[in-house]
This record gives sequence, C-alpha cells and structure tokens, in this order.
Amino acid sequence: MTNTIEDITQDSDVIMLVGSNPEEAHPVLGMQIRKAVENGTKLILVDPRDIGLAKFADIHLKLRPGTNVAFANGVVHILIKEGLVDEQFVSERTSGFDELAKMVESYTPARVAEICNIDERDLIAAAKLYGSAGAAPIIYCLGVTEHSTGTEGVMSLSNIAMVNGKLGRRGCGVNPIRGQNNVQGACDMGAQPNTFTGYQKVTDPAVVEKFEKAWGTDLNPNEGTKATEVFPAAIEGRVKALFLFGEDPIRTDPDTNHVIKALTSLDFLVVQELFMTETAKYADVILPGRSFAEKEGTFSNTERRVQRVRKAVNGPEGPQLDTWIFTEIMQRMGYDQPHLTAEQIMDEISSVTPSFGGINHKRLDSREVGGRGLQWPCLNAEHPGTPIMHAGKFSKGIGTYSTAEYRPSVELPDDEYPLMLTTGRVLYQYNACAMTARTEGLNEMSGSSFIEINTKDAEELGIEDGSRVKITSRRASIESTARVSGKTNPGETWMPFHFQDGNSNWLTIAALDNIAKAPEFKVCAVKVEKL
Amino acid sequence: MSSERKLVTVTIDGVQVEVPESFTILAAARKAGVSIPTLCYLKDVSDIGSCRVCSVEVEGSDALLPACKTRVVDGMEVRTNTELVQSYRKLMLQLVLADHGLDSTNYCFSCAKNGSCELQSLCRELGVTESPFAPEKQTPRQAVLDANPFLAYDPNLCIRCQRCVGACNSRAHNHTLHTGKRGLRTSILAPFGPDWKATECESCGNCAAACPTGAITEKRRKAYRSWEVTRTRTTCPHCAVGCQLDLVVKDDRIVDVEPAPGPSNRGMLCVKGRSGSFDFVHSADRLTTPLVKNAETGEFEPATWDEALDLVVKRFTEIRDENGGDALAAFACSRSTNEDVYMLMKMARTVFKTNNVDNCARV
Repeated sequence: MTNTIEDITQDSDVIMLVGSNPEEAHPVLGMQIRKAVENGTKLILVDPRDIGLAKFADIHLKLRPGTNVAFANGVVHILIKEGLVDEQFVSERTSGFDELAKMVESYTPARVAEICNIDERDLIAAAKLYGSAGAAPIIYCLGVTEHSTGTEGVMSLSNIAMVNGKLGRRGCGVNPIRGQNNVQGACDMGAQPNTFTGYQKVTDPAVVEKFEKAWGTDLNPNEGTKATEVFPAAIEGRVKALFLFGEDPIRTDPDTNHVIKALTSLDFLVVQELFMTETAKYADVILPGRSFAEKEGTFSNTERRVQRVRKAVNGPEGPQLDTWIFTEIMQRMGYDQPHLTAEQIMDEISSVTPSFGGINHKRLDSREVGGRGLQWPCLNAEHPGTPIMHAGKFSKGIGTYSTAEYRPSVELPDDEYPLMLTTGRVLYQYNACAMTARTEGLNEMSGSSFIEINTKDAEELGIEDGSRVKITSRRASIESTARVSGKTNPGETWMPFHFQDGNSNWLTIAALDNIAKAPEFKVCAVKVEKL
Repeated sequence: MSSERKLVTVTIDGVQVEVPESFTILAAARKAGVSIPTLCYLKDVSDIGSCRVCSVEVEGSDALLPACKTRVVDGMEVRTNTELVQSYRKLMLQLVLADHGLDSTNYCFSCAKNGSCELQSLCRELGVTESPFAPEKQTPRQAVLDANPFLAYDPNLCIRCQRCVGACNSRAHNHTLHTGKRGLRTSILAPFGPDWKATECESCGNCAAACPTGAITEKRRKAYRSWEVTRTRTTCPHCAVGCQLDLVVKDDRIVDVEPAPGPSNRGMLCVKGRSGSFDFVHSADRLTTPLVKNAETGEFEPATWDEALDLVVKRFTEIRDENGGDALAAFACSRSTNEDVYMLMKMARTVFKTNNVDNCARV
C-alpha cells in the first residue's frame, strides 16, 4: 500500500474498491470500510459479484471479470473529458500524459460499457465521483492481479490516481491489499527470482557484488525463474530439485493436474511443513518446522508495517525452528553460516537492505515505537518510517503511465464451456485451510465446496439451490454444491478454492500474467451439469 | 475554530486541567490523572450512560452527573470522591447487582469470567457485597444461547450495559446484535441461538471482548482462570491486515486470543484471528519427526534429523554439481516470518547457487 489503513478509511471522501472483498478476505479492514461508509464516505465498488459491501455501495460496477484495464482506461478517458485532470500534478510529477490521453481516446464510455457489461451512466458517475473527491484511495486486491493482464490492470489503476493527482497524501493512493500475513515481507526479503532484499536487483552487478561481499561467496549471476514458471521448467527437466517451505501448490496453484505432473517430474522434492499437506505427500523428504506461536520474528503487513511476532509456547517436541533447518543445510553444504537468533538475523537484513536500515527487534520492542511497528522505507535509527509513500516525489522520481490496451482473458466461454468461472476466498477459512480447518467451529461455519451460479443459468440447466453439480473445464472435472442466486451475473460462476472436496484449482488455468507471471485464477471457462 | 481545538479549564478534585471543550468529564479526569470508576462505558464503543457508576458532583448542579456523558464547560468544578458520590455509586451498583444476581451462575466462582469480571472487581472496590434490591423470590433462569460454535450468551448475567451492541454497531459495524424490550426492560438479542446460521453474525467476537461480565463469552473462556495464564503480544498469522493480538497461554498451551490495540486493527479482530489462530499449533497431527520416503514402498518412514538433512544435502549437492544451480529451486512461505524467509533466500543463493527463489505472492 502507498498509504495506511487508518488514513484511507478515516480521511477519505470516496473509496474506490476494485476486485477486493475485504469483509471476507481482510475482515478487520472490511469493518473499517463499513465504518467509513456509515460515517459518510462514498463507496464505488468495482466487482463482478454482489459481495457484502455491494449493499453499502453508492455505485456498484458489476463488471465482467477480466475487463479491469478497459474500466480504468475508460475512467481516465472520462476524467480528461470532464476536466478532472490535476494539471499541476501531471506536469510536475509525471511524464507521458499525451501518449496516455491519445491511448484512452478510443475508450469512450459506450465502448467500455460494452466491454465491461455495465451501464455507461454508472461508469461516468463513478469517474466523476472519484475525480471530484477531495481525497479518495483506490483499494484493490487479487481481483485485479490474478489475470493474464494483472500487472497492466494495476498500472492502469495507477493512471487514474496520477491523472487525478491522488497520490502522496492522506486518504488517497493506490493500495493493494496483500493476501497472506507476510506476503509483503516475503517479497521485501528477496524471496523473488529477480531481487535481493528491499527490491535490490539481481541484474545489477553492483548489488550482486555487495551481496557476494556481505555473504563471502560467489553468487549465480542468472536471473531466476518465477515460481509459476518453475512447474513448466520441471516438466521440461530444466528444474530437477525443489525445496518447498510451507507451500501447498497442489491445493493453491492453478490446474492441479499440471502441478502434480511437475512435482512428479522432479528428481528430488523437499517439503518443510507443519502438517502432511496434499503437496507433502509427493515429497522425498519432509522436514517438520515451527508455527508462528513458537518463534520470534517479524511480519510485514499490507501497509509495509514491520511488526513483531513473539514466541508464546514451545510447541510439540520434535520439530525444529525453520531458521535452524536452513542454517544446518547451509553448514552441511560447506557454507560458514553460524546459527543466529531471529534478532541477529534482522540485524543482518538491516545491514544489507537500505529500506530496512532503521529496523531491528530492539527498536520494534521499544517505547518509542510503542507497539505500532515501523513502515519501510525506514533508513536509519532516527528515521520514523514512511506511512505514506510518494509524498512530494515518486520513489523512482517521475511517474510514468501505462499505455496498455484492454486484452481479453486467455480462456473465454464458448459453446462447449459456456460459463465463466472466478475463484476467491470466504470469511471462515484461509487459503489451503492448513491452519483454519484445524478449528472445528470454522469448518462448521464453512467447510465444503460450493459454486455460485446465477438464477437464470441455473434454471436453464435444471439446477436448484443445493443441487449437487459436476463442473468441467478443459483440464478436469469436479463435483460441488450449487448456490443459486443473483450474486454473479448470468454467464458467470464463482467458487472458493479452500475446499478439497471440490477444489476449484483442478479447473483453473495456468495462463500467466505477461509480466508478474501470476496465474489467471479469476477467469476460465467451464460447463456445469446437474448430477 | 472547531470545538475540538477550543480549550476550556476545569478543576477536578482540585487539579486544574485544560482540555478541548468536546471532552467529557471522564476524559478530562483521565487527563488530570483522576480515576473515576465506570461500568457501562467503553471508549469508542459505548457511552449510553445507563449504569451511573461514574456519577460525580459538579458545582452548581443539584443532581449528580454521569462523567461519561457530561461535556466539560469552562470553569467547571468537579468532585469525584465525596461521601455523597461514594454512597450514590454503591446504590447504583446495588441496583445493577440486583439485576445480575449473586448466584446467577451458582455464585461467581462458577462463572467463566471469575477474576476478570468488571462488575465483580467494581463491587469489591466499592465494598458492595449484596443488594437490598434483590427480589425475594429468585426469578427463573433464562435459557443460555450457545448454539454458535464459539460464542455464548447467558442472559442471566447480563447487566444491560449494551457494550456488546456498541461493539457490533460501532466497531464491527455488522449490526446483528440488537437490543429488544421485555416489557419496560431492555434486553439483548444475541444471534447465538439455534438459528445462528441464518443470521448475518460473523462470529468475530468483538461483542464478547467488550462484555464486562460473563454474559457474552467465547465458549473456550471456561477452560482457564485469568490468574492461571500469561499473555504474549504478537501478530495474527492469517491475512495481511496485521492485527495485533495477545496469545493467552496456560501450561504451555494457547487457550485463547485477546485483541490488542494495533495500528491497523485498533482493538478489533475477526473470527479467524480470534478463534482460528491457535488450535492448529497444538493439533495432534502436527509433523514431529523428519520423514523420508522409501523409494521401494513409496511410504514415508521416520528419520533422525541427521539422516534427513544429510540426504537433502547429498541430493541437492549432486544435482547442483551435475546440472548447475539453475536446476534447483526454493519457494518461501508467505505465512512465515521475515527472518525465516531471509534465511531460506540466503540458503538458495549461497549454497544452492540459484536465483530460482520465490514465494506464493503470485498465487
């Protein structure tokens, strides 16, 4: 996020929420958005479903999944036509506006309404409401990123904020709501094939030299392969051994058959886990690790806020601290890595990562920080952290626009597979349920697979609410239970990916975003039959 | 100038303090370091002023005034601890106690909140041990609503302070927990009865966290006494909001979760954070020993750490030396700590000699 949860929910006149269902996926943020709306903040909801917040929304653009780029280009088109461009912001802080204006010329409200399957008057009203607001954040989630055009979707949304000058101040910004508790941190920590910690690039020889010096070893100069591309590489035999730490791709990655094929193609698979997951069953070696309650450390939340994790219990006998395991492997492979405490590891992170220069456990535990964590960039011991980014100046200098055109999703409905399938989360479970399904009460609240289908489609298919149905895509067939309503539009269906008694990821497509390589979980084609 | 900014001077128990004119007497007293007992009041959640336990004397006013509801005015003189105030507070507490009853759970010691009940501790503080207003004939006990897997409502223990309603309305903003009327009396309509699944309740438990007595509780609360536990402040392991919470530990087991006032959650939690963030830690099916797959049978067999680690090291070294580091890959866990992820990343780059390192950000 460019901003904080506090300022975007307390200091905004309008909230534009795109492809995000915070009431279920980020509930405590959802509560604060409900509060904002009750206190008078207007809500523009851009989402293909009637999620809970739809009833709070002033405008709900129930757009066709996969059309975010067209929507965003349409909004920029309207902002320009309506004179809602922040000329000063555009001229002082950005470059390339003329090219952008030229590109969006063809995204007339009528054309965008057609692509997105929405009413053009609603689109115009939404653009004007956002554009004329004093402060308005764009908040988005995986409904924007999990597309073959995901990165372009994000950049197109950023265009809206830049053109309208809504960046770098309270109640504004472009705010991705990150998924897992520490997915922000995992990226910050350099668990990415193209960056070391703090987004220092693997392709920059000076950076590589710095890490070679800090770590006292030669490093591989080749940029690595992204996780979603590792599976095809395994099938092709280019990747032969995989170390999986706490992931269950058989349940969470698209096209389960493809994932299984990749894992069984490997010469050697190690899984470090708390439980015998579906993926662990395919391992050659399983190493038992420790849960968050059994260790010291930090998580970085969606606000870039580094907060402490503290050991509460010893946990079962037998597993080892995850850092102990990695250190043992490094030592046994001949690298002189001493066993370090979590506090010492954060000191090392801080020493090699400029944006974490002022972050350490002692300071996080201090009275000065007062339990509020520190938001990177936090350059040194005196630096207070950065609640709002891009104030006065973009971190990279001048802001540039995306001129990406709308491209349809890779797999669209056709005669054989006439319905569109989108996937997502429910309130009562988290991802592969490794943690949440071990609380019986949560399973009682939501414990099995279902598919939301529009009333009109259900009638045509002879499906009633509660019917058992078979769902088939080009990749597999699964069974589930129908929930018939107007929550999705006709022609569109939705499933959670949590439940192993009908996991939607057997159906989803491993089509990847052209830049970030995120899979297109949000759009594939299926047919649904009554059992 | 807005009323937030306009300052007034008030005197509380002889202490002069300058506060914004939007302040209540209670807020001003807290600033002056003067303690006023409260029961139904909960900051940012509820200030309905029903219990009158916070009543104070104000110069020039015939009646005592509730500190939680009364705004300060310039020159106000407040006395919080006079004999009149003390006896009035006792009276108010006796009225509340008459409603709650002294044996509504077969006496305090059988109540889940024994030791952390605010009514209990206020009565103790003010020396109230019984109520002259208690009905001579015990009113019949009302049924406890506890069909919800996590939450229970015992109307017999309710003191009608409505903090739970405030928590549902102005914290969770879910509006599923209401007040109702029984004759002239206010009652709480908690959605935890047999039809709980048909309600919009998200089982977030912010109501239970706000309840001063044992009326609304997380059902697991019965399993421990407040003096048996320690608390560890940490960060929720589920989504990326980063809610701050306390793990409540008894005998090296997590028995409960309490919300903490973190910058992103401001004292709130959701159903997963409050009720789904610790059972798995003590789950009987945790992996506790390294396992190595027997190539012939395909079955996992327990191994020592040395055996398992040496096998991992042998195979990764062989494959690396034969095919180069690009034939190895490592994925980090986005649910684990920064320190864990950093060390995995360092392992991949320094000894696997690969940049094929990633996390589940893409999925």
